[in-house]
Amino acid sequence: MRQLRYREALREAMLEEMERDERIFLMGEEVGHYQGAYKVSEGLLEKFGERRVIDTPIAEAGFAGVGIGAAMAGLRPIIEFMTWNFSFVAFDQIISNAAKVHQMSAGAIQVPIVFRGPNGAAKQVAAQHSHSCAPFYTNIPGLYVIQPSTPRDAKGLLKSAIRSNNPVIFLEGETLYGVKGEVPDEGVEELTPIGVSRLARPGTDCTIVTWGRPYYTVLAASERLASEGIDCEVVDPRTLRPLDTSLMVESVKKTNRCVVVHEHWPYGGPGAEIVDRIQREAFDYLDAPVERVTGLDVPMPYALNLEDKVLPTEERVIDAVKRVAYAS
Amino acid sequence: MVIRRFEEEAARNYAKGKIGGFLHLYIGQEAIAVAAAEVLEERDYIFQTYRDHGIALARGMSPNAGMAELFGRDTGCSRGLGGSMHFFDVERGFLGGWAIVGGHLALAAGTAFKSKYTGEDQVTICFFGDGSTNIGGFHEAMSLAGLWKLPVVFVCENNQYAMGTPLERTSPIKDLSIKAKGYGMVGDRFDGHDVEIVQERIAEAVDRARTGGGPTFIEVLTYRFRGHSMSDPAKYRTRTELEQRKQQDPITVARDRLMGLGVEESTLDDIDLEVDEEIDAAVRFADESEPAREDMMMSTVLAPEAES
Repeated sequence: MRQLRYREALREAMLEEMERDERIFLMGEEVGHYQGAYKVSEGLLEKFGERRVIDTPIAEAGFAGVGIGAAMAGLRPIIEFMTWNFSFVAFDQIISNAAKVHQMSAGAIQVPIVFRGPNGAAKQVAAQHSHSCAPFYTNIPGLYVIQPSTPRDAKGLLKSAIRSNNPVIFLEGETLYGVKGEVPDEGVEELTPIGVSRLARPGTDCTIVTWGRPYYTVLAASERLASEGIDCEVVDPRTLRPLDTSLMVESVKKTNRCVVVHEHWPYGGPGAEIVDRIQREAFDYLDAPVERVTGLDVPMPYALNLEDKVLPTEERVIDAVKRVAYAS
Repeated sequence: MVIRRFEEEAARNYAKGKIGGFLHLYIGQEAIAVAAAEVLEERDYIFQTYRDHGIALARGMSPNAGMAELFGRDTGCSRGLGGSMHFFDVERGFLGGWAIVGGHLALAAGTAFKSKYTGEDQVTICFFGDGSTNIGGFHEAMSLAGLWKLPVVFVCENNQYAMGTPLERTSPIKDLSIKAKGYGMVGDRFDGHDVEIVQERIAEAVDRARTGGGPTFIEVLTYRFRGHSMSDPAKYRTRTELEQRKQQDPITVARDRLMGLGVEESTLDDIDLEVDEEIDAAVRFADESEPAREDMMMSTVLAPEAES
């Protein structure tokens, strides 16, 4: 397999799907002539022209709504938010319109649309630009929420998202765009199914459920823990709605311990949902309360020393695993 | 007349407790929906606010399907899942009643975008109230429609009140149609009580959109004879004002015109009777229909995926 960067994997997904289906177009701020604020859409304007790679004014509610209307009428839009932080001004479009019209119309209208863009903290971009947005969207029936951790999943899941007949919230990692990983060779099509989790690291002593940026923190922490004799099994849900709990529950039945590690705030959200499901579905197998390592419950500060404290660290993961393993 | 009687009967059944939730009546504004429906082609798209019964019926939805929706029945136009504010009739291009003020204007720009993208000569028409013109959704939808010259007609049904607040307390300008200029589109403004005038002027805008001339922003001056919704006794306006406005009841105006053209009064009375019977039948149909279904509720949260 080839090595590709996360952003290149996303670009390939869009390129391959746009070549396949004329109804697909990409719309957003700076996606065309500027080549994408994070260069995810680099080269797509040259390939597909201004008809299908459409620069917009700064009007998220407007172009999110245009995308939804176009999807209602049969097109398959990809709407890029320059960052998910800017999706809040389009929240009503996503919640009240995209997620609702299929049911309100008794199934007569479908909304095949992907909203995508970078999510979560970058580096020192402070309180308004560091939101980890999964909790806002996972609460909403009528949406899929996908947050891929690796280049391979980014490509395979984006392709599946584009082919879905439903509105998809696709949360990319702002700090993951440069991450390299294995991606199937050109010509080998992989459509990663929505709503299926993945075993990222086999182990025997403690299950860690994680996704997005902390995925890499957890893998590093797991190596350090292995050297101390604690062998962690890491499960990546990949899709946060619908949530596939089968793999994590099976894992907990084997390891009897579980830590959930995520970037978003601790109050509610998929992190809390996963803990709830595990305690219900694997209660008799647990030897310790399920622990969570989360972003701290504060707006993101600017200063680097404080930002480092807010985001999950290897040390916090290691401490939590040792607590549930009664090894501290 | 169908719309008027439908709305009157809906109000009666709301009072009886047969209809729940919010109910916003179109009484007084009928000429606009009737005129628009006359102008549009079958392939065109229509969006409306939560005050949506009028345009749905004008477009050809049966009173049975409409009344059953209000009663929350499986035979309703949205199978009891939408209610008064969310009528849908996709086969007739009616893409919904939408109940967040200003939220559906961008959707209308979106279906118009699709028509331009595919090169089809469909037109989208989007209705909203004077209250919508102050919210951000209005501005962004108008901006994009103007920028991309989309085939859409925005029709502001200015009934003078944003819920209970009169226009002079919500808008710094009286003539809303001048907003069109800021979005690079044609603006128009006229009275909405004469169905013929409304039809003529909406037709101009629809033709412009269909022939590549871009969007139009129309302000139609109208008046609702009832409160904002059933819970609103409309105490913010005087009886005199209401009575004056009722002198220009679109239905009386149309009736007088027809009689002036030589139509016998008895012919019009016969039509009235027929409509009364049709609406009575719709109430019976709704009453006797099966309730909304739980399996429909569950199975329509997400659309089915294609087999891969």
